[in-house]
Amino acid sequence: MNTALKLPIYLDYQATTPVDPRVLEAMLPYFRENFGNAASRSHAFGWRAEEAVENAREQVAAAIGATGKEIIFTSGSTEAINLALKGVAEMYASKGKHLVTSLAEHKAVLDTCKHLEKLGCEVTYLKPDKSARISPEQVRAAIRPDTVLVALMWANNEVGTLNPIREIGAVCREKGTLLFSDATQAVGKVSVDVERDHVDLLCLSAHKLYGPKGVGALYVRRKNPRVRLAAQIDGGGHERGMRSGTLNVPGIVGLGQACELARTELAEESARCRALRDHLQQRIEKELGFVELNGHPSERLPGNLNLSFHFVEGESLIMGISDVAVSSGSACTSASLEPSHVLRAMDVGEDLAHSSIRFGIGRFTTREEVDYAAEAVVKAVRRLREMSPLYELAQEGVDLKTIQWQGNH
Amino acid sequence: MAYSDKVLDHYNNPRNVGALDKTSPRVGTGVVGAPECGDVMKLQIEVEGDRIVDAKFKTFGCGSAIASSSLATEWLKGRTLNEAATIRNTAIVEELSLPPVKIHCSVLAEDAIKAAIADYKQKQAEDEAPHPTARRA
Repeated sequence: MNTALKLPIYLDYQATTPVDPRVLEAMLPYFRENFGNAASRSHAFGWRAEEAVENAREQVAAAIGATGKEIIFTSGSTEAINLALKGVAEMYASKGKHLVTSLAEHKAVLDTCKHLEKLGCEVTYLKPDKSARISPEQVRAAIRPDTVLVALMWANNEVGTLNPIREIGAVCREKGTLLFSDATQAVGKVSVDVERDHVDLLCLSAHKLYGPKGVGALYVRRKNPRVRLAAQIDGGGHERGMRSGTLNVPGIVGLGQACELARTELAEESARCRALRDHLQQRIEKELGFVELNGHPSERLPGNLNLSFHFVEGESLIMGISDVAVSSGSACTSASLEPSHVLRAMDVGEDLAHSSIRFGIGRFTTREEVDYAAEAVVKAVRRLREMSPLYELAQEGVDLKTIQWQGNH
Repeated sequence: MAYSDKVLDHYNNPRNVGALDKTSPRVGTGVVGAPECGDVMKLQIEVEGDRIVDAKFKTFGCGSAIASSSLATEWLKGRTLNEAATIRNTAIVEELSLPPVKIHCSVLAEDAIKAAIADYKQKQAEDEAPHPTARRA
């Protein structure tokens, strides 16, 4: 097929995804004729909305091997993370005040942990290995008698590395500690099963799997063990009292439909994304030297490719490929001027953290788009290296590590 | 982040990219920044008498850092050393419409100018005997 490429090309699927047309189609009636409040028990408008919500609950549950009663709808993963961590810490305060997490977690987890520390909790931040992984042995060594929760992500949002959740889950089960996993990047991309993998709480977000923004879910185990949570949003007692607030019915219907598609198409889609990702990586590495893969070489998300290009700063590279939408772990893309905390935790080196680019491949990515992106990257890296004093020094045979740099900030 | 047209222009068509002979007594070289901070600028000036006749740069850094150093080389050419020493980062900020988060790029460019001038002056001082090229100028 020789269709003209539509620019710009979207290769940032770990940031968000477009709503699948089939998802949108399922949602639309719930903005229009089926606009009822799912909590209205006295008329057909409410019953229809409630039926749609319960159907979506089953769809979400099926995607992660849970049952419908274990699904709490939220506004997204950040809220679900807040509810899980604060809800467990509050509910189990009499058992202990210790949590275990990792330095490579999303800010939603890290900032919630910081908040809990202010309230008197103690948090152990495990240091990941160079590929961003946490080992079951690290978790075992960190769990104490007063540990109430281990919080570790399924898949890392920046470098795509998968944690060995099943093995970590087994350790937590043996030790009698609850395990929460942020599976925002994992659901719909890799196989997730809360029973098989011994997970007690898990969050997911619709907009990372071709659903709408502003809706997500928290899985809360009901059996072996039954997990209890202290609600963080009080009100009308929706979601069995764990999350009050009128349900976002169209969003929930969209999340359910997105999970249904993710579940039924997972195998085919992940194989397709992996092939495109490998193709992109091979094309870039064939044409450019001094390229490093960030993250685990095999245990990673099929649609994620995080590369560092030596001697080239990430933001300037993004500028050079302006019709390809990607993101960078470089400081300059954020207001903080700090490079990615994930790459720092992995010890990839601050210079390489500044040189990193995350490519995210997804459901609607084509081979033509990947080829275009590869060409654009190669061209821009070559141009910027010609402009780079670091490349010049390396060409002269100078080891950059031996230079006394004068940092100005 | 949206870039100003001038930043985009310098990024897409950088002026005076390249290198001068750093061993020449007429060339002053300034290298500032650090790879760990995400920006390194190398700025070089070639001087005849007290006037800068050529300037070159190479920069590892974001688009604003590249634009700041490119602009600096443009401004340096034809100026005397004393005039060059008065270039302030605020003028670069203004010319390129840099947002607050990018002001450090202009500071780095000013530092690079100062470092290049200092390097040139040091070379001259070390070379107390009148230099053939200096005499000719």
